[in-house]
Amino acid sequence: MVAGPLSLDAPPQFSSAIIRRAHRRDWMFHRVTQASALAVLAIFLGIMWSLLSGAWPAMAAFGFGFLWTESWNPVREVFGAAAPIYGTLVTSAIAMAIAVPVGIGIAIFLTELCPRQLRRPIGVAVELLAGIPSIIYGIWGLFILAPFLQQNVQPWAIDAFAGIPVLEDLFAGPPYGIGIFTAGLILAIMTLPFICAITRDVFETVPPVLKEAAYGLGATTWEVLWKVVLPYARGGVVGGIMLALGRTLGETMAVTFVIGNAHRISESLFAPGTTISAAIANEFTEALGDLYVSSLIELGLILFFVTFCVLAAAQYMLYRLEQRAGGARA
Amino acid sequence: MNTGIYARRRFINRIFLGLSVAATAFGLGWLALILGVLVYQGFSGLDLALFMESTPPPGLTGGLLNAIVGSLFMSIVAVAVGTPIGILAGTYLAEYGRYTRLAFVLRFVNDILLSAPSIVIGLFIYEVMVVSIGHFSAWAGATALSVIVIPVVVRTTEGMLLLIPNTLREAAAALGAPRAHVIRTVTWRAAQTGMVTGVLLAVARISGETAPLLFTALNNQFFSVDPNQPMASLPVVIFQMAMSPYDDWHRLAWSGALLITMTVLVLSIIARTLESRSEQK
Repeated sequence: MVAGPLSLDAPPQFSSAIIRRAHRRDWMFHRVTQASALAVLAIFLGIMWSLLSGAWPAMAAFGFGFLWTESWNPVREVFGAAAPIYGTLVTSAIAMAIAVPVGIGIAIFLTELCPRQLRRPIGVAVELLAGIPSIIYGIWGLFILAPFLQQNVQPWAIDAFAGIPVLEDLFAGPPYGIGIFTAGLILAIMTLPFICAITRDVFETVPPVLKEAAYGLGATTWEVLWKVVLPYARGGVVGGIMLALGRTLGETMAVTFVIGNAHRISESLFAPGTTISAAIANEFTEALGDLYVSSLIELGLILFFVTFCVLAAAQYMLYRLEQRAGGARA
Repeated sequence: MNTGIYARRRFINRIFLGLSVAATAFGLGWLALILGVLVYQGFSGLDLALFMESTPPPGLTGGLLNAIVGSLFMSIVAVAVGTPIGILAGTYLAEYGRYTRLAFVLRFVNDILLSAPSIVIGLFIYEVMVVSIGHFSAWAGATALSVIVIPVVVRTTEGMLLLIPNTLREAAAALGAPRAHVIRTVTWRAAQTGMVTGVLLAVARISGETAPLLFTALNNQFFSVDPNQPMASLPVVIFQMAMSPYDDWHRLAWSGALLITMTVLVLSIIARTLESRSEQK
């Protein structure tokens, strides 16, 4: 056997044809993998470039005013993103308000309370549910949840809050079933397994010694969670929530089914609205005229920019956590 | 006094732990409800005609054959294109560029793409392919899906390769094997199961993706296997049918939804079993 060179730049010791060939193959394989890796970067840059160039006519026509104009008029070709941006933020806020506490609650149940035999099945079930495509949640929301809310929940809420200053406006109007509130609820149900799975993983990184020490001092389970586990896991939990938020903001199908696609900002959460992704999904193939298409692409650009910021922040937090965990192990 | 504090602490403990149990019941209840309704609504429509006939005009009977074939075709193309790129890119990140600045940037970009809104990917492919070619096509749909496949495969491949102990690589290198040879015959083989898991997860991910197909592959009322033409896919057909006012279309939509969910669940379960089996090894 002839010893082959280990690295690409080490000079070959035996210059036989075999080694030269191995050398060349090594070099090629290295370059092929590198090119594939750069393809990922190219896709990313391609997305940014195509969105920017596609949105350019709308940006030139409307300027920054696009961001706070509510009007969306295909006939007069006046477009503004205020209503979709508002819808995206409000539905995501509703989703997070419900999914974060419930998701963390389930994670607490799974790591601290659940009988050992049930822990794995429930954990697996949660992870499987996190993989169910959003269109399933959408169709369920449209056919089951929206009629249920329309008949049972919304009339009740409208009556119950009538006369109370702020709530009266938030829960007003005819009960359509579909609307901002329903979309937020569907998003919450959809994000729940994701938040739960990620929080549970973070909770499991807490060293048992810390918990045992706290229990040894006589702390109750809740005190251990609140004063030991949560502070230790905070970075990871917040990072996980941001990651979930990034996904929720861009979620399309679950929302498109139940949002009602109305380009206006209503005070009432029960009113139909729209989100950035729902507007694109609903209107893109039917959009006539360059300015209309371009405005929809600019909506996509705004969405991409916002999710990029949220996801980058999430990654930074999770990265720091990883560094710390690595440091602790070393 | 001490007993008072103790009782209070125990009371608080009970309340919050009770709330976490309630949260579990609440969360799992919703999810069970969704799956239950899905099976209940979709199961009656699962018959032979569903797989033998194409989507009907409203009022007539039919199936989802064109949508099933379209979804299969585009998923296969997407995986065939996305998997090699993803595996090679993941290999670069784990083997050649592990600590380089470039790998750091690529890892960040890949993670962004992993969670980026899929509708934006649809817009990207629309701009790049549909506009330049001039019409919607199944090729464009498959490309959009492959853009979703790549980050998933990169992530799992890199993760799996990082788990392979360096001693294995060093042993092979000490025998005189060139680096590319070590990677292909030693590390890839050792990480095989994990990499297959990644591909399965990617398939599961794209089988329900709707948003990137809406304005790339569009939809097709008829049976078509011409990749240059618009092609139906299960998610888009479900979307179209569910939003329509026709009851028989709604029934088909439910059956299609059940079909997708079962596919995704089966793929995830296989992936999970493979994963736990390779962990035991």
